Amino acid sequence: MRELYEFLSGTGVWIAFVVFTGGLLARLAFLAGLSRERDKVVYNHFDGGWAWRSILHWLLPLGSVSFRQQPLFGIAFWVFHAGLLVTPLFLGAHNQLFAEAFGWSLPTLPDRLADWMTIAVMAAIVFLFARRLARPEVRILSTAWDYALLIIVLAPFLTGFLAYRQIGPYELMLNLHLLTGEVMLVVIPFSKLGHLILFFFTRAFIGSDMGARRAIEGRLGARTW
Amino acid sequence: MSDIETTAEAPEETQAPEETEAPAEAQPAADDNQPVDVAKIQSILESNLGARMRTWLSICARCGLCADSCFFYLAHDKDPKLSPAYKIKVTLGEMYRRKGRVDRQFLKQAKEIIWGQCTTCRRCSMFCPFGIDMATMFATARAVCNSQGVLPAGLARTKQNIIESGNQMAMANEDWIETCEWMAEEWGEEVAGLEIPVDVPGAKYMYTVNPREPMYYPQDVGMMAKIMHCAGESWCVPTEGWDCTNLAMFCGDKAAAAIPVRNMYASAQKLGVQYILMTECGHAYRSGAFEGPYFLDIPGGKPPVPVKHSVQLFLELIKSGKIKIDPAKRLKEPATVQDPCNVSRNAGLWEMLRELSLLLCEDFRDMNPNGAYNHCCGGGGGFIPMGPEYKRRRMQSGKVKAEQIRATGAKVVISPCHNCFDQLGDLNKEYKLGYKVLSFKELITEMMIVPEHLIPREEDDDDAQGGEE
Ligand code: SF4
Ligand code: SF4
Repeated sequence: MRELYEFLSGTGVWIAFVVFTGGLLARLAFLAGLSRERDKVVYNHFDGGWAWRSILHWLLPLGSVSFRQQPLFGIAFWVFHAGLLVTPLFLGAHNQLFAEAFGWSLPTLPDRLADWMTIAVMAAIVFLFARRLARPEVRILSTAWDYALLIIVLAPFLTGFLAYRQIGPYELMLNLHLLTGEVMLVVIPFSKLGHLILFFFTRAFIGSDMGARRAIEGRLGARTW
Repeated sequence: MSDIETTAEAPEETQAPEETEAPAEAQPAADDNQPVDVAKIQSILESNLGARMRTWLSICARCGLCADSCFFYLAHDKDPKLSPAYKIKVTLGEMYRRKGRVDRQFLKQAKEIIWGQCTTCRRCSMFCPFGIDMATMFATARAVCNSQGVLPAGLARTKQNIIESGNQMAMANEDWIETCEWMAEEWGEEVAGLEIPVDVPGAKYMYTVNPREPMYYPQDVGMMAKIMHCAGESWCVPTEGWDCTNLAMFCGDKAAAAIPVRNMYASAQKLGVQYILMTECGHAYRSGAFEGPYFLDIPGGKPPVPVKHSVQLFLELIKSGKIKIDPAKRLKEPATVQDPCNVSRNAGLWEMLRELSLLLCEDFRDMNPNGAYNHCCGGGGGFIPMGPEYKRRRMQSGKVKAEQIRATGAKVVISPCHNCFDQLGDLNKEYKLGYKVLSFKELITEMMIVPEHLIPREEDDDDAQGGEE
């Protein structure tokens, strides 16, 4: 257990971070190269203002017409994403590790708040899982992998939560927490979770294409949010 | 008129699917056992597999948010199989997953989805968190099917016309010009000195039409002449490249789709006109103003000569006072305006439609949703020319539009698109809605005040009772 911990909290973390960043960067570089040759339309009509608004509105809670039509989902979705990004990055315990490893750390969240945010993220995941099963138009699209991904994302939160609360065997929980967190990081670049980065590009494209590209010569552009 | 036009809703977005050649004899329904050319399919899939396509295929979150945006889904009690993401998944998604190794049976099933369950209207892209451009994806799937001669028979015929004659109805250029002459004569009785100038170098506008006008609705050409003449605009019609429509675009056939735009741009450049002016047609505008440059691989993706839709011009003319509307003749009945996908959402003219409607109608009532968020009428993306085989489906999916119109209580529906025009007419009968469908030019020619000096003098009039008193 001890060696496992040593590995997971040392080399394991490094591997996960390298694969995560390297994977995302490689995917991005590959797509960028490809786009120069095959996606001229992206460059022809790109417009910063339209791109930015198209991104921003989908980041704000219920910032899009689409989410306003399903507000409950919209909120669960937002809580899920916000919690997912913010909690691990600004968690006190993680930042202690950052400080030890790199000599710097980020501002931290009060533990109580982080605790609540973790609960919120888990609740949102349960909701998203249930929604996937309950709504026919979502169920029909869902593959086993879509459910698995939700669980992959849930796992580090659940184990971290249990470890923090000292529920269950602490060492095991901690190891599981490290392992599942690392698995999640490694999966991101190679799955639909790559949208962590790609979201910005697809949104920039559609915002410019349906907006700026039409909004010339006295015409308007359609808002894709 | 079913075989006619197409117009409206959304075509394949953005750029044309790369590469697609029609098999010489576009035989739509070949036999199931006939082998497919897998290498060809693979090359189309490959050439369309750019950064966007890869990204779209891989990041769809399967969230289902796009479902509610699609009128096919809404019109069929939210059948999950009609959600945009599902339709992509089982067609284009499958094609890529199987690396192009699909059989004819598969392509025929795909055909019923990519043409029979999507008008490429692009509404779904506005509701997807990633803005996945489903219409471009469907267009690619259409390109694959088209490459194997699997496409709706009506479209295959129309495409053949374009390949053989340069226009969708295989009308001879001489017949087109003759129609113009005939209309000039007929409408000359209403407006003194009216003419339809042909091939005038340096004219401001080169006016292009939907071939169904000279073919079935020649009066449309006359109406335009009346408006242009009374406004004193400098304009002409071209002998060649006068068809602004582009049904090949809906076939996913880039090579064929390039033909009409090439002809049209070439005439405009040769004549040195300032604008290509288009009749009230939606998909023609989309083709000419947005997609055409990509069919021709024009760097920068813009048409060589700016393209203007009739509604843009009409609004300018009325606002500038070049055309005066008789206030007494404004429409009294409740009226609404149809937002053709390719005029509103995909071309940004929805505010102009409303401004113009308000100038012409006393009791204007908007549909909901409207503007960029409009629902497709159900006749776009090639649906109308797909003909009787698809008519039942067209009526069913048009339910959403029918309900929208019913809710307004309108007795007149203005349609600045030929394709919507036909679909709205059919919906009117199917759902017993009791409205009239009119184009803006019909309304304007009815309501406009012909300037004093253009009112034909009595002595020119055969029926005149001898000299004036
Ligand atoms: S493009 Fe229009 S018709 Fe096609 S799936 Fe999207 S919303 Fe439906
Ligand atoms: S809304 Fe977009 S991401 Fe969600 S299922 Fe539809 S296509 Fe996929």
